[in-house]
Amino acid sequence: MNWYIRGLALAVVFFNVTGNYFLSVGMRSLGPMISAAPLDYIRAIFHPMVLLGIVLLIGWLISQLSLLSWADLTFVLPITALAYVIAAVLGALVLHEHVSAWRWTGVALIGIGVFVVSHTKARTAPVPNGDKQP
Amino acid sequence: MSEKWVYVMVIVACNATGDLLNAYGMRQQGRVMDFHPSALRRLIRKLAHNRYVIGGVIAMAVAFFALLSLLSIADLSFAIPATSASYLIETVLAKVILREEVHWQRWLGAFVVAGGVALLSI
Repeated sequence: MNWYIRGLALAVVFFNVTGNYFLSVGMRSLGPMISAAPLDYIRAIFHPMVLLGIVLLIGWLISQLSLLSWADLTFVLPITALAYVIAAVLGALVLHEHVSAWRWTGVALIGIGVFVVSHTKARTAPVPNGDKQP
Repeated sequence: MSEKWVYVMVIVACNATGDLLNAYGMRQQGRVMDFHPSALRRLIRKLAHNRYVIGGVIAMAVAFFALLSLLSIADLSFAIPATSASYLIETVLAKVILREEVHWQRWLGAFVVAGGVALLSI
């Protein structure tokens, strides 16, 4: 796995975990949204935490698209599931959340999946419209 | 069929469509190697004209709002395992449509990760 792929995979995981964290903190601080009125959603978007979450998730989208320019979809999907592992570990260590034995089993299974797939060739699919790859 | 399963089908279908279109569009785009802010701005402008990536982002947005709607009528413990099937469905579609070489390690990875994600909600 080359350094571009490693770096982009880490960026995808980082932006995913932090983006979802700030989005969730912001939405929780706003309280339950009982109506589906567009104005409520627009107001929510301008909450600083929600806004930070959205900016981080835009970073996630750009890094995910960049990673897909280097690697197969069947490589990217399992590798970026590492975000679930990081979220569970941070939840347990930083936020002192209770993580059940089943959840730890799930985390371990995802870790095994990431390890297995990371040892395969990142790009196997043919490149359309001629080879633009260096 | 209950409303919950309709949402699950919409989420899985839109996630798969979005990922397939983005993967195809980005393969066509060529490798992204420059990550300076000005280069990223140029990339975003270029991607705004890539119909596959535009379609992919729209499909992902529909999946996101369908997930929010599903979470308003169902628990996370239903939503996460039900949508973890995406990993297996997308592996099949990537092999057939994108012609990716899916060897046993990738099948194993997809099954193990899907199982792991399903267990996360217990």
